[in-house]
Amino acid sequence: MTNANSVPASSQTSTSRKTNFYSSQKYFPLFLIAPSLLIIGLVIIYPMLYSTYVSFTPFHLLRPEETFVFATDTMFRNYVRLFGNDVFWRSLFNTVIFLTLSVNISFLLALAISQLLARVTKGQSMMRTLLMVPMMFAPVLVGFQFAWFFNATVGLVNNALLSLGILSEPKPWLVDEPTGMMGIIIASIWMNVPVMSIILLAGTLSLPRDVYEAATVDGAGSWQQFRHITFPLLQPFIIIALTVLSLDIARAYDIVRIMTGGGPAHRTEMIWTYAGRLAIRNSQFGMASAMSMIGVVLGVLFTLYLFRQLMKSREAYQ
Amino acid sequence: MSSKQLTITTRQKKDTFYNIVAAVVLLMWALPAIWIIFTAFRPGNEVNVTPPVWIPQKITLDAFLSLFGFNPDIAAGVPVWNYMWNSTRVAVLNTVFSVALGTMAGYAFSRFKFRWSSTIFLLIMLSRSVPGVALSLPLFLLMRNYGLIDTVQGLAFVYVAINIPFTAWLMDGFFRQIPQELDEAAYIDGCSHWSAFWRIDLPLALPGMAAASIFAFLASWNEYQIASIITKTPAAKTFPVGLYDFTSQFTVDWRGMAAMSVLMMVPAIIFVILTQRSMVQGLTFGAIKG
Repeated sequence: MTNANSVPASSQTSTSRKTNFYSSQKYFPLFLIAPSLLIIGLVIIYPMLYSTYVSFTPFHLLRPEETFVFATDTMFRNYVRLFGNDVFWRSLFNTVIFLTLSVNISFLLALAISQLLARVTKGQSMMRTLLMVPMMFAPVLVGFQFAWFFNATVGLVNNALLSLGILSEPKPWLVDEPTGMMGIIIASIWMNVPVMSIILLAGTLSLPRDVYEAATVDGAGSWQQFRHITFPLLQPFIIIALTVLSLDIARAYDIVRIMTGGGPAHRTEMIWTYAGRLAIRNSQFGMASAMSMIGVVLGVLFTLYLFRQLMKSREAYQ
Repeated sequence: MSSKQLTITTRQKKDTFYNIVAAVVLLMWALPAIWIIFTAFRPGNEVNVTPPVWIPQKITLDAFLSLFGFNPDIAAGVPVWNYMWNSTRVAVLNTVFSVALGTMAGYAFSRFKFRWSSTIFLLIMLSRSVPGVALSLPLFLLMRNYGLIDTVQGLAFVYVAINIPFTAWLMDGFFRQIPQELDEAAYIDGCSHWSAFWRIDLPLALPGMAAASIFAFLASWNEYQIASIITKTPAAKTFPVGLYDFTSQFTVDWRGMAAMSVLMMVPAIIFVILTQRSMVQGLTFGAIKG
């Protein structure tokens, strides 16, 4: 407080006093943060800890006498059972395939579209609005829309392909083997690319022009310019876009549930849909919690991997 | 000079090429959405026809009327009013509280360097990476004991916790753009920390709060995973859950589902149109300013 009274008018000397003044306050910031921490602790941290605990018990919703039987020798029974479960491995496989394809294709497409839109001269605002249309869709809605599109009897895809003569009979896209997963990936890409494109577009438009002009004078072609100027300078935006993407991958749950429900014979089952099914249909909350723990670990690892790649490519360009 | 003329034409050609390709790509991308919107407004005989009728010949509000139960021939099978009312209540509660708490937290992180500030910040950010399903399972077990299952308040409470991290992150960035000299001036004039926050920083951060409110509102309006597990009856079921129920119940009434989808998009459309520019700013402010 004494610092505030003696702060001179010039901003130079007050900088060090500013940081001093703000860092000397211990209680006010905590008071501001406390309610948020309380709610997050109650709703997220405690339940996740509880879920970890439950994953080590044979908790079954309809058989309460078995609940909370925490015995150290049977602690890992859920996990052991899971690792012996074929459906579990299938859903793990599906999840990895889905994540890899969806993230990579979405990112590349978004990059390409952002570069394309950056060169558009007329009606950019209108283009941006069009691009934002998929953002208005809830994930359930996206899932429903593509479920309808790919529907064997009334879907637009079959309808169009049949009328054009490309198909001779309706193809059950969402039921067949790779096409079911492809449909889900397409839905996910459709949903994610616009947001990423807009972020990358904003980044591209904010880059300084003179660097490009100098490069053109030096004889660099467009691909070279992209690789050595645009891409490195876009790093911060790429990080934002990938963060948005990785945190939204869990939205795939909505899409899968409404499009295939896990697919006939678990063809499109993901870790999340299987965990949800174990909990709701079979009331096996113990197993479901174990699965979701594995899923969370997987998600964290995946995000770490993403960022490790980013940091590596950052260093390569510096 | 003739070479100069040549360059101008090639550039024009290039420009038109890019414009056309971009237009095609964007139209293709918007096609599924356009198709759903068209179908919601079609008369019944245009839906599900082979070959498909591309442009609707007639526009009717029939599908919507049936949905809401105004059509005397068809009984409304879906409590759409309940879903909308529930979704609205949950979204408003969520927006008000998560923006209020998130703004306070964002301000604290932007101005003050206190012990563990970076750890707490990281913790808050990490909590956002928990997927809805993983959270919904233990939440279901815990909320049962407090009778919060199938209540709007319970769901809103959960949503607030989920939305605070993003709001705090957004507002942190916004507050960093407000020069600290303004706060300093207030302190010299005798303001306490809280009144400086309330009178100086908050009014300046209103655009950021508006953006945060929109994200919070849409996040809660569109959320399915947690709502599907926490809500059980039309007393608390929200729109996304209602849509899912509808599609599994009425797999033949595609037009009805399209109408329901359009209804679901209405708030999002309004917000996106209103805030198109500032949303881009909101998402990228950190990177541009550096």
